[in-house]
Amino acid sequence: MTTVDGRHEIDREAERLAYKPPEIRHDKQGDMPDEERINQAMHHFVKNFNTQTASYLDGCLHCGMCADACHFHVRTDDPRYTPIWKIELFKRTYKRQVGPFAFFYRLFGLKRHVTIKDLEEWQHLLYDSCTVCGRCSLVCPMGIDIAGLVSMARHGMFKAGLIPHELHEVAKTSAETGSPLGISPDKFEERVEWMADEHDVEIPMDVEKADVLAVMSSIEINKYPQSIAATAKILNASGETWTFRKDGFEATNFGMLSGNPDWQKAASMQLINAAIKIGAKTLVLPECGHAYMALRWMGANMYGKPLPFKVMHISEYMADALNTGKIKVKKLNKSVTYHDPCQVSRRGGATQAARDVIKHLGVDFREMEYGGDYNWCCGGGGGVVTIKRADPLRHRVFKLKMDQVEKTEADEVLSSCANCRQSFDDSQAHFNWDYTMGSLMETVAENLEERTS
Amino acid sequence: MDLLEFAKGPALQVAAYILVAGSIWRIVGILLLKEKPDYSEPRQSGGLLAALKVIYTRSFTASPFKAATMYPKMLAYVMHLGLFAVVLLFVPHIMFFEGFLGFEWPGLPNSVIFFLGVAAVVAGIALLVRRLTNPVLRLISNFDDYFSWFATLFPLVTGLLIPVRIGFHYETLLAIHILSVALLMIWLPFGKLGHTFLVFITRGTTGMVFERRGAKT
Repeated sequence: MTTVDGRHEIDREAERLAYKPPEIRHDKQGDMPDEERINQAMHHFVKNFNTQTASYLDGCLHCGMCADACHFHVRTDDPRYTPIWKIELFKRTYKRQVGPFAFFYRLFGLKRHVTIKDLEEWQHLLYDSCTVCGRCSLVCPMGIDIAGLVSMARHGMFKAGLIPHELHEVAKTSAETGSPLGISPDKFEERVEWMADEHDVEIPMDVEKADVLAVMSSIEINKYPQSIAATAKILNASGETWTFRKDGFEATNFGMLSGNPDWQKAASMQLINAAIKIGAKTLVLPECGHAYMALRWMGANMYGKPLPFKVMHISEYMADALNTGKIKVKKLNKSVTYHDPCQVSRRGGATQAARDVIKHLGVDFREMEYGGDYNWCCGGGGGVVTIKRADPLRHRVFKLKMDQVEKTEADEVLSSCANCRQSFDDSQAHFNWDYTMGSLMETVAENLEERTS
Repeated sequence: MDLLEFAKGPALQVAAYILVAGSIWRIVGILLLKEKPDYSEPRQSGGLLAALKVIYTRSFTASPFKAATMYPKMLAYVMHLGLFAVVLLFVPHIMFFEGFLGFEWPGLPNSVIFFLGVAAVVAGIALLVRRLTNPVLRLISNFDDYFSWFATLFPLVTGLLIPVRIGFHYETLLAIHILSVALLMIWLPFGKLGHTFLVFITRGTTGMVFERRGAKT
């Protein structure tokens, strides 16, 4: 008689008979002792406790409704993926150390101290299984912004050296070279020249004074370089004085995603300084969701005062240029659906911009069921697409997106985020899916009408 | 001093002090923490109106979540509305409040109050069953959730038992009821029942932060 190895459960949800993967990796950076890791985590959790976070952490009713809004929970039924549970350690630390009744919690041992084992376990919950998409924040009857709390809890995890290796690696490369993929200013210039040549478009570089500073994300520079040409075509067509700059071109902010506010600030300041140097009135961000959150809503706070220029996502810029007649596009004869990048739409407030652009394209627009602000995330945001070990979970979650897109029966799916695009491309390959995500910006650039005046 | 006198006198008085002092302590403890200014250029106005908007709108469920949260939400509505009616619209309660407020308001007939009270208890029991059986709730629940449930249901049940009597004297039942209310008042500021006042702060904060971004609230 044979004995079955009972260490790993059979995964009955898997498409083919499979065992559940062995226990998840717990990555550690640096060589500090565990005690020091705990202290670092506590210290940097506590640094985030202000009136806003305190009211949120004090206000949770344990109703569990956030689980119903989270793609990770909905697709797995694993209760650990309940959004509020992901910040349990952060919450526990608040109640023990800072909350109005912290004294009693400590005196009577009502909340136990966070252990290294806890922190290791929560690495998976705070990084691999949360895209900070904020859907949970919309279902909470108390109005708690759970996604925002996850971002803050990551600060403690980063300082404790307890983040997934892949994410740490790209964040570190970003801090050292200015770009998460290690794209140097010269490499960027090379790419720009290549695209100018290939697409026969004029692309200004390092202009000393310009009204608009355009920046790119490294995913675009590396994987979708045609985005560079598309940006140039649109800005040229709108008649702007604009430029790319080698001293400020990288819009992605892995400091923010990994949870290191110092690196986050350094990346933002690079762009802010470049824009100020050329006297830019507007900084146009690329098709990148988290870049929008990092600069549009957090940039001024990194700078410490209001920014002396306007920050726009490219979809907002295009909507504005189309609405005011600065650029015109040809009408397209096809049906299109749109995937909203969470940080631009739901959390960023620019949901309407992409719809304005789509209206000008004259397509048969098919909104997804609960599209727009309630859209399901692509599963790759918040740095998750970077984490290789999270791939099986991310693919599983992507099924929700596939269903949402397929139901529209649209000819094409467009979006305005290179990170979503990368996540779509990867899942498309994994599932041999029919849909390829297109870029809203590239679609506009390809269909610009020649200026007559 | 008999039990009823103790309940009506010192017990209720001490409970009231703790309720007020504990609530103020908790609110002040939260509001006194530092808050960084937001320098980002607002898309639209936020401020107090945004706070009030979300305090109101979050009382209702957005349509994408309706199906999944319908059951617990309905139970929660029944329980909350039942509690409001029983506490504020039961004629003897109104007379009690009039004793120190100096004014009164119209109440509901006793039979309606009794019905709403029973409905609230039934909803409360159903919510407890859900908490004990749903895997998500089992994972995230702690002492506070169960004790707060007890502290809320206990006065409801003791109140409903007064007209039934079940062999006890009216005075004894009333004393137990008042003591159970005192327990609720004492516990309210400390645990999750603090949402009675915290709900205005959490919803209001989200309103102010996200409305100025023009983001979904």
